Amino acid sequence: MVLRIATAGSVDDGKSTLIGRLLHDTKTVFEDQLASVEKASLRYGDGSLNLALLTDGLRAEREQGITIDVAYRYFATPERTFVVADTPGHAQYTRNMVTGASVSDVAIVLVDARNGLTEQTRRHLFVASLLGVKQVMLAVNKMDLVDFSQDRYDEIVAAARAHATALPAPVALNPLPISALLGDNVVDSSDNMPWYTGPSLLRQLETLELDDDHSIGARLSVQWVIRPYSTEHHDFRGLAGRLTGGTVAIGDRVRVLPGAQQSTIVSIERGGVPQETAEPGEAISIQLADDIDISRGDVVVTVAAPKPPVVADQIVADVSWMVDKPLEVGTRWIIKHLTRTAKAFVSAIETRHDVSTASQHSTERLELNDLGRVHLNVSVPLVVDLYDDHRPGGAAILVDEATGMTCGALMIRGFDGLES
Amino acid sequence: MTLTDNRLDGLDHDGGLDELEDEAITIIREVTAETRAPVLLFSGGKDSAVLLHLAAKAFRPGNLPFPVMHVDTGHNFDEVIEYRDRLVKEYNVRLVVASVQASIDAGRVVEDTGPRASRNRLQSVTLLDAIAEHQFDAAFGGGRRDEDKARAKERILSFRDRFGQWEPRAQRPEPWNMLNAKIRTGEHLRAFPLSNWTELDIWRYIGREEVPLPSIYFSHRRVVVERNGMLLSVGGPVVAEPGEVPFEETVRYRTVGDASCTGAVRSTAANVHDVITEVAAARITERGATRADDNFSDSAMEDRKREGYF
Repeated sequence: MVLRIATAGSVDDGKSTLIGRLLHDTKTVFEDQLASVEKASLRYGDGSLNLALLTDGLRAEREQGITIDVAYRYFATPERTFVVADTPGHAQYTRNMVTGASVSDVAIVLVDARNGLTEQTRRHLFVASLLGVKQVMLAVNKMDLVDFSQDRYDEIVAAARAHATALPAPVALNPLPISALLGDNVVDSSDNMPWYTGPSLLRQLETLELDDDHSIGARLSVQWVIRPYSTEHHDFRGLAGRLTGGTVAIGDRVRVLPGAQQSTIVSIERGGVPQETAEPGEAISIQLADDIDISRGDVVVTVAAPKPPVVADQIVADVSWMVDKPLEVGTRWIIKHLTRTAKAFVSAIETRHDVSTASQHSTERLELNDLGRVHLNVSVPLVVDLYDDHRPGGAAILVDEATGMTCGALMIRGFDGLES
Repeated sequence: MTLTDNRLDGLDHDGGLDELEDEAITIIREVTAETRAPVLLFSGGKDSAVLLHLAAKAFRPGNLPFPVMHVDTGHNFDEVIEYRDRLVKEYNVRLVVASVQASIDAGRVVEDTGPRASRNRLQSVTLLDAIAEHQFDAAFGGGRRDEDKARAKERILSFRDRFGQWEPRAQRPEPWNMLNAKIRTGEHLRAFPLSNWTELDIWRYIGREEVPLPSIYFSHRRVVVERNGMLLSVGGPVVAEPGEVPFEETVRYRTVGDASCTGAVRSTAANVHDVITEVAAARITERGATRADDNFSDSAMEDRKREGYF
C-alpha cells in the first residue's frame, strides 16, 4: 500500500534536508542527481553536500536557500511505497500545507530542538487536524545542536501534547528525536541518543497502521457519459467516474442525485473490461437498466448506502484562503464540488480560526493564508457529505470568476439540506 | 538494503499500478470534460505510448474524443515514425503533425548551426504555434514528477499564459487533487496524468498491458559515436566530428527525442522484462543518461519549461 506523507516545518527546520536524507539513505538518489547536488552545493553553499538541494529544484529556491512550492517525491522500501509532499515553511505556508495535507495519510511536523514549539508548529498541527490527517510524526530535529538532550526533547513533546488537546479534531502524535543532517533516527537508529528506544522515522512510517475508511456506501460522481454511437455498441450509455465510499455490484439498486430517480446497475466496466463488482478508488463506467436523464455532475448512490450524501444548496464550511484578494461577505465565486461546477455566494463569515491558540475571532473578511468558517449559498443543489464522513464529497474549491485562479479550499462542516 | 534490492522487490506484486491507472484515467476524463478542445501530445516515446493507452481505456468502448499531435522535429528515428503511423491506425485516432521544419521554413525560428545543433529547443515555438492554430485549450503530456527537479514542482494541471509560459510561483493549488480547468481566451493548460508515475512504474505497466513500443527501446546493433559520455547514432543529423571514430555497439534507447541529442545506452535488454531488470538496477536517471539538452545547465529543464517546452 502507498503511504502519502506531507512534511511541514518552519523555515530552516530542515524539511528539505530530512527528505534529502530519506531519499539518500534509501538509495533512491541517482548518481547524476547526486553529482548535480554536489555541483550546486559548491555554488550555493559552503561546499559541504547540501541534501536540501535534492528537493529545492527551482533556481530561485537554490539561490535563496528556501522552498517555494510543493514538491512531490517518490521512494520505496521493500515494505512500502511512499509519496512525499514537501511543503514550504515560509510565505504561503498555510496554502501549501493545506494542499499537501489534503492528499496525505500522515504528516511529518518538524520542530527545531533549539527553538521548541513555534507559532508555525502550532499552525501545522492545526492544519493537520482541520484537514483530517489523523497521524502526525512529531520529528524533533537538530538534536545534535542541543547535545542530544533528553530533557530538551521531553520538554518539547510535553508542550506539543498540551497543544494537541486544543485542536479542532483529535490527532495522534508520534514524537521522536532526530538529526536530519547527521541521519540520527531517520533511516537508521541513533547511537547518540541511547535514551530513545523507539524505532527510526522510516521504520515507523513503514509500519504505521491507518484506519480503514469505514464504508458509508458507494457513490459515483459522473464525470463523462460514454456514448459510442457505433453499430456494435449502439445502445451503450456508460456513466464514467471514480467510485468512492463503498463497493458496487451488478444488480445493486441506485438513486441518481440530486433527482429522485432510481434504477439498477446492469454493467460495470473498468478500462473497457467488464467486471461484476467495483471497489472504492476504481475509475469505472456503469450502465443502468433504465434510460433516465443523467449528465455530468449527477451522483449515483446505492440505495443501501448506510450514510448517503445530502442534497443541499446552503453550506457551512471551513475554508483555507489561498490568494491576495480577500474573501468577503457578499462576494460571489465559482464553486467546484465533485464533478459539479456552480456559483457560490458568501452569505456570512462565522469566524476566523486563530491557528496558534486554536481560538476563534469574528471577522468581515479572510485574507491570504487565513483559515475560517463561512456560510455559502450555492446556485444549484450539490450532493454533499460532511468532510469528516467522506473527504471527496465533503471537499470543494472556490475559483475566481475573473482570473480563473483557485482561491479557497473548502471542508464542508454542515448544510441546510433540501433533502436528507 | 541496496536500491536494486528495493526496486526488484516490487516486481512480484502490483505495487500500486492499478491505483496509478485509476488516477490517470480520472484525470484524463476530468480534463476532457472541463475543456473545449483538448489534444494528446504523442512523441512516440514510452510515456506518450502509456498515455495514449490510458486515454483509450478511459473512453472505451467509445473512441478517443480528441486528436493526438506529434511535434515533428524532422530529426526522427525511422522506427518511431513507422510506429506512430501504425498506432494511429490501431487506436483509430486523428493525427495532427506540427512540423519544426515548417517553423524554420516560415522563419518562425532560426536553426542553430554546426554539427551539434539540436532542434529540441525549437519545438517550443512549433508547439505553441500549433496550439494556437488548432485552438487547442488543453494538451495532455506524459511528463512525470520523478523526471526532473523542476517537474517535481509541477501541478497535474499546469496553467500557461498567453505566451505559453509556465510561472512556477503562480501555480494553482490542487487540494484533494481537484482540477481547476478555467482559463481565458488565449491561455491554455497542460495536463499530466502520469505525474505520480516513476520510470519503473511505466515499464511495469508496459509489461503488464503489453503496450506496443518502437523497436529502438530494445537492444539492437547500431553505429554510434561517443560524445560527452553519450552514444549518439551516426547518420541523419549526427555527423562524426574530427577525432570521433564511429563504431558498432549493442544499444537501446531509454527515451525517444530529437535524434540529434538523444543518446543510446549500451544494453542487451531485448524485451520488457530485461528492461525492467535494467531500470531497477540503474544508477543514473533517464534524462541524465540520455538527454544532452538537459545537461546544458543545472536549471536547463526549468528554463525550457518557462519558454513553453513540454
